[in-house]
Amino acid sequence: MLIYFFDCLKKHQVPVSLTELLDLINGLDKQLVFADQDDFYHFSRCCLVKDEKHFDKFDRAFKAFFDGLQSVEGMLEALIPDDWLRSEITKQLTDEQKDKVKSIGDLNKLIEEFKKRLEEQKERHEGGNKWIGTGGTSPFGHSGYHPNGMRVGGAGGNRQAAKIWERRDFKNLDNDAQISARNIQIALRRLRKFARTGAEDQLDINDTISSTAKNAGMLDIKMVPERHNAVKVLVFFDVGGSMDYHVKAVQELFNAVRTEFKHLEFYYFHNFIYESVWKDNLRRHEERIPIGEILNKYSRDYKVIFVGDAAMSPYEVMQPGGSIEHWNEEAGSVWMKRLLSSYDKAAWINPEAEDGWKYTQSTQLIRDLLEDRMYPLTVNGLEKSMANLTK
Amino acid sequence: MTSFQSTGEYIATENLRMAVNAAIVLEKPLLIKGEPGTGKTLLAEQIAKSLGAPLVQWHIKSTTKAHQGLYEYDAVSRLRDSQLGDDKVADVRNYINKGKLWEAFDSEQRAVLLIDEIDKADIEFPNDLLQELDRMEFFVYETGETVKAVNRPIIVITSNNEKELPDAFLRRCFFHFISFPSVDTMKEIVEVHYPNISAKLSAEALEVFFELRDVPGLKKRPSTSELIDWLKLLMSDDIPDTILSNRDQSKAIPPLHGALVKNEQDVQLLERLAFMHRRETAR
Repeated sequence: MLIYFFDCLKKHQVPVSLTELLDLINGLDKQLVFADQDDFYHFSRCCLVKDEKHFDKFDRAFKAFFDGLQSVEGMLEALIPDDWLRSEITKQLTDEQKDKVKSIGDLNKLIEEFKKRLEEQKERHEGGNKWIGTGGTSPFGHSGYHPNGMRVGGAGGNRQAAKIWERRDFKNLDNDAQISARNIQIALRRLRKFARTGAEDQLDINDTISSTAKNAGMLDIKMVPERHNAVKVLVFFDVGGSMDYHVKAVQELFNAVRTEFKHLEFYYFHNFIYESVWKDNLRRHEERIPIGEILNKYSRDYKVIFVGDAAMSPYEVMQPGGSIEHWNEEAGSVWMKRLLSSYDKAAWINPEAEDGWKYTQSTQLIRDLLEDRMYPLTVNGLEKSMANLTK
Repeated sequence: MTSFQSTGEYIATENLRMAVNAAIVLEKPLLIKGEPGTGKTLLAEQIAKSLGAPLVQWHIKSTTKAHQGLYEYDAVSRLRDSQLGDDKVADVRNYINKGKLWEAFDSEQRAVLLIDEIDKADIEFPNDLLQELDRMEFFVYETGETVKAVNRPIIVITSNNEKELPDAFLRRCFFHFISFPSVDTMKEIVEVHYPNISAKLSAEALEVFFELRDVPGLKKRPSTSELIDWLKLLMSDDIPDTILSNRDQSKAIPPLHGALVKNEQDVQLLERLAFMHRRETAR
């Protein structure tokens, strides 16, 4: 029975190990608890869960197990019907917008509809409310105002398109632009400082030589903490789409990061993380790097920072096929969860002002995915994110 | 088997007792986390007291190294002694200073070892202690002997969550999170500390206290130890009971707030709230 309990905890993603299970069995053997569910709850929690942040997961697993529901998936499906998810997604639309979309229905239908119309329509079209073209209120095309619409070529007029079927080649983020944001650099330096928090007990030869030289030959001994800087960072930058508005702010951050770390890798994504990212923006369509490769290549001790505005259609996060650039087999949230379960230390830095987050549904979704580790691109926000990353 | 109970000075909730007793029986270190001021450090003292065991305290600083808990070899005084021609110098044992862990291992009676604020130390510190805590033995290189615990000590480790502890270390511990006491538990705690306190003062002070904890945006919310200090002040200053009950005009700022709020931003916040409140009521 305990094996099933253990299994159930694993399924709920409570980090438990065999040693801990043996401890639990050993404790029961010694009759620390006997035929009392409350006692068993306290004792098993004390044995198996080693961090209060996992308490909630444990509680859910415990309940699920004792209610006889041993599968999370089953439970989730039972509790949250598809329709509800859909309606959650449409909640962000205004009533007026909803009316407009009603005729179309959900995303899959939207895509089918699109293909159908693409076949029907062979010429360029402007205005009107049915055909794919520019302006107008048809769900397909660009610069229009259909809230669920697909963007087909051209620059986006509003920031809500669910699909851009266009290939945009963004210029590589330029890291020569001089930094104006010195304070951001200071905040990021916190990350580097972290590894050197030990006692000052090693002679820093280079620093000693240079400061002795500066001192006109008077010996000036410099000590450093004995451990080396081991901070490894992976940064994912959102380029293009709604991020065009924020490129400047991100560039400053980019510049600041580049000089700070030895182990530092940059990747780019567009709007949200899917099965692949890229390193070179100019050749992003040829040279994509699968996330799986990243998970294998970089060990768990890498810290992951996402930089993006998190403003997008909720489909792009939650739905397979929701990406605006390609057909993604698995939803962005699935890939995000994979990354987050591989890297304990993660933060999302959002250049949008914090007050605005609550008005964008996708921002909330992503914030939940990251367990609240979203920080604004301010010195304060950076301080907080770095403090959390180095904890 | 002696087990840990609430004492005359310390109120332990049911699940805390369970955790402590489990750690004692299964001989595992017990890791305690919780808000500052919820009595983490006090717990070890109370365990020692209720079991009648000696308490060995090891307070961790940012410069503490794991081996300092085992022993330190004082090479400098040996060097000095050798120049003075002291006979002591021949035996290296004279220059080995026992650390806290050794002290606890050596204890005739089963000791309680408190490793306080382990998160203050270097990130590798817990890893360096894995073997010692697991097997309760370590090797002294200078003398070539193995020190083994006579009686496995009861180990209590506290953490303020400033750093995350390594998984390998956590796997070897039991874990208990001291959550903030409920109103009822808090009442018991107050009574334990001040048996003579008037019921009225205690009830009102608690009300003010929990209200204060609910103020949104406080940088540091007052905790149990601050409440205890504050009550002491209130009692010794002979503040008339009416000051607390008459909270209309001073709703947000309790008297002698210095004991409760330790941060000038928080004081300012409270003053602002009080001001807004006064303005509202004046209308």
